[in-house]
Amino acid sequence: MIDFHNIYPELFLMLAMLFLLLVGVFIKNSFTLIKKGTILSLLLCIPIVYINFDNQLLIFNNNYSINFFSNFIKIIILVASVFSLIFAGQYFKRTNIDKFEYMILVLSSTIGMFIMVSTNNLIGLYLGIELQSLSLYVLASIDRNSLKSSESGVKYFVLGALSSGLFLYGCSLIYGFTGSTNYLIINENFSIENLGLIFGLVFILVGLAFKISAVPFHMWTPDVYEGSPTSVTAFFALAPKVAGIGAFIQILFIAFGTAIEEWKSILIFISIASMVLGSVAAIGQTNIKRLMAYSSISHVGYALAGLATGSFVGISATLTYMSIYVVMNIAAFTCILFFSRDKIYYEDIRDLRGLSKNHPVVAACFCLVLFSLAGIPPLAGFFAKFYIFKALIESEMYLLAIIGLISSVISAFYYLRIIKIMYFDKEVEKFDDMSGLGIKLSLASSTLMILLYFIVPSFLLNLTDIASKVFS
Amino acid sequence: MIDISLGHYLFLASIIFTIGIVGIFLNRKNVIVLLMSVELILIAVNINLVAFSVYLQDIVGQVFTMFVLTVAAGEAAIGLAILVVFFRNKGSIHVEDINTLKG
Repeated sequence: MIDFHNIYPELFLMLAMLFLLLVGVFIKNSFTLIKKGTILSLLLCIPIVYINFDNQLLIFNNNYSINFFSNFIKIIILVASVFSLIFAGQYFKRTNIDKFEYMILVLSSTIGMFIMVSTNNLIGLYLGIELQSLSLYVLASIDRNSLKSSESGVKYFVLGALSSGLFLYGCSLIYGFTGSTNYLIINENFSIENLGLIFGLVFILVGLAFKISAVPFHMWTPDVYEGSPTSVTAFFALAPKVAGIGAFIQILFIAFGTAIEEWKSILIFISIASMVLGSVAAIGQTNIKRLMAYSSISHVGYALAGLATGSFVGISATLTYMSIYVVMNIAAFTCILFFSRDKIYYEDIRDLRGLSKNHPVVAACFCLVLFSLAGIPPLAGFFAKFYIFKALIESEMYLLAIIGLISSVISAFYYLRIIKIMYFDKEVEKFDDMSGLGIKLSLASSTLMILLYFIVPSFLLNLTDIASKVFS
Repeated sequence: MIDISLGHYLFLASIIFTIGIVGIFLNRKNVIVLLMSVELILIAVNINLVAFSVYLQDIVGQVFTMFVLTVAAGEAAIGLAILVVFFRNKGSIHVEDINTLKG
């Protein structure tokens, strides 16, 4: 009984979800009310996570860990979820996806992500992943009358179910050969001579790589990102990525801490493949959501490159990278959700022609975000990549650093192409003016964060540094 | 009579697992068959877990199996629901017809 006060954030979100579900069932047309309730409960959850921020606890017989690392990731997840609801603004109403289930699913997938990053047990990890993914499958196909949305749901579901099958097979092998599902006991009993354990490790990594869409398990990403409603795509690009990286760090450094050499080579391969494919394949894309999908694939590659060092500097670089990635994507998707005219949302990059003449402020913000995604100093995206390369060079992985640099140059091409279209092409019709406080707030705050990050970089660095020390 | 050892169970599970994976990648007809292949993969995992659980004299494997069964039921329900939605829009559930999104 004594452990329950330590999982108040999870309990709070679960109760809030059930309560809002009941409200939605009994009150007709309660979308706006439930949206407000969801945003409020996600915001309220931040101080609740903060109460236990500095504690280092292992609860439920060492099966659940509350520490600086998990709390840090949880707060990023909460911020990402809140923004993904705030910046959508009128999108829900205009595209007829204003169903209250949307909010319930966002909440339940957030709970799943919490469990993923906190659990210290394979069963818990599996249940967390499934709670998250099952909600996301439904979210992808939430626009029931759209062929694209339901098709992306089918694709996401089939490949997601396959990946959780692979992940589970890995879990069963690890359980069988170490005799436990607890990370700490797995770590004690792990011997790299045992082929069954190596197979299990590979299967688990494959399953997790599917969830964060790392190459070669990325094939669902472009289709799902393009087909889903844009607000859902934004949510996909933000929170689940962070949670997946969190689960990756947790399982690699706690459960497989003795097999660093084994998973290092796998991670190096995955990260090189993601960086290169993410930047090369995006060149030919004209749909901006598809382009963001490839961009997120290559960003995941950089984050995994930090982990591939296997050092604490690497973990802290990865955490910094993911935090900045979230801020950049919040800004990018706010801009993408702005491109609408008379209830029609435009996704083709040719629709952005001459944006700078019609909407100079939005064009400037989007330009800044794209520069930051490409990693141009002194914007936040540059520092994120800089820390990764620094960690790589400190652990003498020059090849990975060089490939990372080359692919970031390649990816600069397609980011700059959008800027060229916005600034130098002849303008087309104006978009609707920006309406709603939420959109303005999220665009302004995220752009300012990107722009002014270089003034106080030590704030984020200190946090991620302490978070990475949890694993020593 | 030969004794059935842990190895036999693992071998059986790996065969069923492989059939499931091959079923997903070779199937070019129907999405329902994909769902069945996913179920096969999960069944293979369950055989593995129960066999290990008996071999190790440890109950955790069987508990895990119960969780997997429950989640698999939920997963199948959600999968079929998404498929129904897709069928309403497209009028077909052939794998070749899932081709609106490509790039």
